Amino acid sequence: MKKELKVVPIKNGTVIDHISAGQALNVLRILEINAKNTRTSTRTSTRTGAAGGAVVSVLMNVRSKKMGRKDIVKVEDRELKSEEVDKIALIAPNAKINIIRDFEVVAKHKVFLPNSIEGIIKCANPNCISNAEQEPVVSRFVTVSGSRGGVQPRFRCFFCERLIEDVSGYL
Amino acid sequence: MFTKRHLISTRDFSKDEIDFLLSRAEELEKFARGREQGWGWGEGEGEREGEEESDLLKGKILANLFYEPSTRTRLSFETAMKRLGGEVLNLYSTETSSVTKGENLADTIRTVSGYCDAIVLRHPREGASRMAASLASVPVINAGDGAGQHPTQTLLDLYTLKKEGLLENLRIALVGDLKYGRTVHSLAYALALYGATLFFVSPEALRMPEEVKMDLRAAGTAEAEAAGAAGAGAGAGAEVFETSDLSAVVKEVDVLYVTRIQKERFPDPAEYRKVAGAYRVTRGLLKENEDLVIMHPLPRVDEIDAAVDGTKNARYFKQAFYGVPVRMAVLSTLLGAGGERRREGEEKQGASKNARGNRRNSGVGEEAPRTLRERTADDRERECYEQHGKDAARF
Repeated sequence: MKKELKVVPIKNGTVIDHISAGQALNVLRILEINAKNTRTSTRTSTRTGAAGGAVVSVLMNVRSKKMGRKDIVKVEDRELKSEEVDKIALIAPNAKINIIRDFEVVAKHKVFLPNSIEGIIKCANPNCISNAEQEPVVSRFVTVSGSRGGVQPRFRCFFCERLIEDVSGYL
Repeated sequence: MFTKRHLISTRDFSKDEIDFLLSRAEELEKFARGREQGWGWGEGEGEREGEEESDLLKGKILANLFYEPSTRTRLSFETAMKRLGGEVLNLYSTETSSVTKGENLADTIRTVSGYCDAIVLRHPREGASRMAASLASVPVINAGDGAGQHPTQTLLDLYTLKKEGLLENLRIALVGDLKYGRTVHSLAYALALYGATLFFVSPEALRMPEEVKMDLRAAGTAEAEAAGAAGAGAGAGAEVFETSDLSAVVKEVDVLYVTRIQKERFPDPAEYRKVAGAYRVTRGLLKENEDLVIMHPLPRVDEIDAAVDGTKNARYFKQAFYGVPVRMAVLSTLLGAGGERRREGEEKQGASKNARGNRRNSGVGEEAPRTLRERTADDRERECYEQHGKDAARF
């Protein structure tokens, strides 16, 4: 019998599609989805599903007509809210969110860069006060420009005003 | 018009707000030297007698928190406060405070907020003043945060240029350490608001950071839009040239703004040695442009020859003096004792006094009273975000 590893459609939950190739794990990191908290997330979901925590499937480097290559993340039994998911526009500006109920897509939306981002990006300036361990300060970035025509979005540190473009190295 | 509670970065201010502070400084300059001093520069010389004294800030207390060395900034803030009848607390040696016991800046700010009406902060880390502003219950004035911003230095530089009649359509060369020099970062942005043509003169390794140049383009664009400018050049941002050759720009500019190459900012001493002494302004250089105005935020090391001090071109000591009226303007405005807003403040005076008394009695951490210009950190942050939103719209 031929063994096959297959990612099946999910019954309930969220599919994050069109993630820039290679960024799926960063998406999970930004959404704080990990082995420790998926159970809690599932329990607090409005559509509680399988006992024993949510199943998260990650597909990387999948062929895409639009993007060439893309990543996909599927989170079972958890419907992610826009304000939660918009944060991933930092690294996946083209991502699409699909809410699934009984195998049907019931809602679909794009991600939008929030005006400000707290606690996700670490400032690239080592001398920034937000990098001072002894200070009780959470990093905060303001979106200066969104991604347009392949141009990277740009963010400014609220504290030291340093600009940062490619945030993937500072998550 | 003036809606800021704190003074953290030049980028937080519009040209109108800067103009307001410069006008206020002109009004207050008569108090800057005090009654007894009979010497001065230029038109004011010998006219000190009979000048008024001021009690504009009587009963107010300023806390100077300096985590880095300072001569001009700290002393001119202290002079400004005292000339206007106020009092000053100083923390200028961290060795004699709880900082040596490991107290962080956040706790110090929360504590000192309860002892004073305004805080002046100099700190080696960029963004320290912004953080302090989010924690303090009184206005915070950034007196230099690492290699970041030094907005009151910028205001006094602009004031010097205004007094020289050079502020509008200026052609100016910023010379020296443009990478680590906080004064040039703040100043370049402000000059862009005034339509200046900027020449950046530095060694290759000390070029103006790209993000500052990006802000300059945006600043010029914003002002052009605000003024309703049209046609060629509108929205083009500040005109900027970069070179390593000082002699090439001397004939092209009205002002040389010279800066010290700051040894203390270099992570690698070997890198400092490569660029130390890269530029030197001498009398010989001035022969190429006899009307050239020489400015410097001071302290200097060897970038301006002492022989230049006595020339008609040198303005740097006069510039340092202007720190007093400019800081008077800043303090009186932020403390609600200035110009048109003083009248607004008087309307709220009773309520404000009572509220302040209540706050002091009930301890730091409770919501501060809100007068017309005393705004919460959230208000300020929202304004900051709005400004950033405008920036975003321009890209």
